[in-house]
Amino acid sequence: MAELNHYLVLSGVLFTIGTAGVLLRRNVITVLLSLEVMLNAVNLSFIAFGRFLGSSDGQIIVFFVITVAAAEAAVGLALVIALFRHVETLNPDAFRQLRG
Amino acid sequence: MAPASRRAGERALIPSVAIAQLVIVGFVFVVLLTAAAGMVYMERKVAARIQQRMGPTLVGPYGLLQPLADIIKLAMKEDTRPKAADPILFALAPIISAAAAFTAFAVVPFGAETDFFGLLDQPVPLQIADVNVAILWVFAVASMGVYGIVLAGWSSNSKYSLLGALRSSAQMISYELSYGMALAAVLVLAGSMSIREIVDAQAGAWLGFIPRWFVFLQPIGFFIFMTAGVAETNRAPFDFPEAEQELVAGYHTEYSSMSFAMFFLAEYINMVAVSAIASNLYLGGWHGPLLPLWLGWIWFLLKVGFLLFFYVWMRWTLPRYRYDQLMAFGWKFLLPLSVINLLATAAGVLYFGI
Amino acid sequence: MGFELILFYVFAAIAIGTTLLVVVQSNPVYSVLLLIGSFIGLAGLYVLLQAPFVAVIQIIVYAGAIMVLFLFVVMLLNAPREELVTSGILESPATRTIGAMLAIAFAAELAWALNRSSTLAWTVTDVTRRPFSVPEIGRRLFQDYAFAFEATSILILVAMIGAITLAGRQLTEGARLKSRPAGDASRTDGGMAEGGRAEGGRAQL
Repeated sequence: MAELNHYLVLSGVLFTIGTAGVLLRRNVITVLLSLEVMLNAVNLSFIAFGRFLGSSDGQIIVFFVITVAAAEAAVGLALVIALFRHVETLNPDAFRQLRG
Repeated sequence: MAPASRRAGERALIPSVAIAQLVIVGFVFVVLLTAAAGMVYMERKVAARIQQRMGPTLVGPYGLLQPLADIIKLAMKEDTRPKAADPILFALAPIISAAAAFTAFAVVPFGAETDFFGLLDQPVPLQIADVNVAILWVFAVASMGVYGIVLAGWSSNSKYSLLGALRSSAQMISYELSYGMALAAVLVLAGSMSIREIVDAQAGAWLGFIPRWFVFLQPIGFFIFMTAGVAETNRAPFDFPEAEQELVAGYHTEYSSMSFAMFFLAEYINMVAVSAIASNLYLGGWHGPLLPLWLGWIWFLLKVGFLLFFYVWMRWTLPRYRYDQLMAFGWKFLLPLSVINLLATAAGVLYFGI
Repeated sequence: MGFELILFYVFAAIAIGTTLLVVVQSNPVYSVLLLIGSFIGLAGLYVLLQAPFVAVIQIIVYAGAIMVLFLFVVMLLNAPREELVTSGILESPATRTIGAMLAIAFAAELAWALNRSSTLAWTVTDVTRRPFSVPEIGRRLFQDYAFAFEATSILILVAMIGAITLAGRQLTEGARLKSRPAGDASRTDGGMAEGGRAEGGRAQL
């Protein structure tokens, strides 16, 4: 049977991959995608703990995390579109100045 | 579980129920493919009769082998791909469309429990899997079906395809909301998300002859579900994105031969899926008068056939909605109506204790 | 090897493989599709952890709605392929060594935390194995977590309005709308191409 540790290691690995993506990629949309990866890794560990502790709290918290991630993705992408209209590039290094 | 077949030796370890499950899976797959072929024939015949002409009559008796001729023709064509198209996505899009269409049938039951005239030790329900979140599964697969269309349009690298794909996918995701709310209203009435339990909640009859189908308790819900289903499958009168006059052929302009056949197949299987789910949720599935329960699948086939006929009838009778009318209808009329339907159903269940 | 362990490894391999490819390869459309594959792998893991409701909700909301939003934005902006490490901060060796050291420190910290938890090795037999039915989850959502539920619904409304405001077509003094075909084609129909309007309104499901 798969133990709790298996799920936590998997969650840790996914979280690390997501963090690497956020820090290393030079495309704003891929950065947002890596952010979603990180959120998913956390969801996995929530559900794993919920299962092994015998409580349904894990699933409920994941429900809320998914909802908040949806809202954040929508606003983040709207920002990306607004920024793209201003400067025609998706490289986050291009947005260094506060004044547009 | 006792070992199954008469061949002893290597087969003794596989229980008979597992074999029956595999047989059911294969059977459903083959029946769906045949249903798609049958739909091709039925559409052309019914369209012809509505337009007061004969339809296919040359190939086989009464033109019954016409779908076979169509498939052979499509298979013999050259499989082209535009040079600037993305090869991986171009090949992947029809696969996603067809796979999503077939996957919806993994939770659709089509008959009561049966033990195949005593061949099995224990009765096996006539469906692939009885998941207790089956309604959500249907909704999830409908969401995944959008990707096939979007990727087809994007990977073709052509303006008509992209425009048709974006319009079609925007239409699909808009009508998914009303679809989901109609499903939720049925869920409130039946108290369970497993489709088998919803069908079993519709057994019996009031006053002896009016069957307890949910369509009588929720006529508006049925209307919303069928309308949203027709819009989800991009059929008339909501087929603006594929209209030949407007957009060449929409998202499958650049496809030919077997890839085009996969899109065609996916559309017909989606129609069959919506009809099957509607007949399970609203029309009582395999329950019906006169026949014993283990023959209920005949009733199921009749109901699905009726809904499919209704689909084809609508296509050749109603004019097509323009795209902005289509979106306005979905957002400004159907969605508020489905919300009101859900609220009224919930209030009714609380008050009357149905 | 139990059947469940085999399934765990299969889904874990799918999840890790696709997630690595998301971060590594350069075409953003492929990244989005690979992330959908990762979500499907994770949904399989949720089913293994006896949370089928959350698994299906993940497919409906994350893979079916949020990723469609991402895909639309990628197609709208026609995001070009990019090299993995371009010019800029990452070229200087000092940054790279510091980055590598921090990554190793992070991995070491994670390994230490996980090693600590393995001494409390919970297995399946240790806890009550009771799958949670959907009515039970619903009851807890609406009774214990009712405030959070209502607050998230207001959050979604605010996010919807915010997304429409941010991405809608506004011609202000400083911003110049360059003439691009995607922008021009959006005048006639009420369909998707109007900036982020359709995505902003749709994303909240």
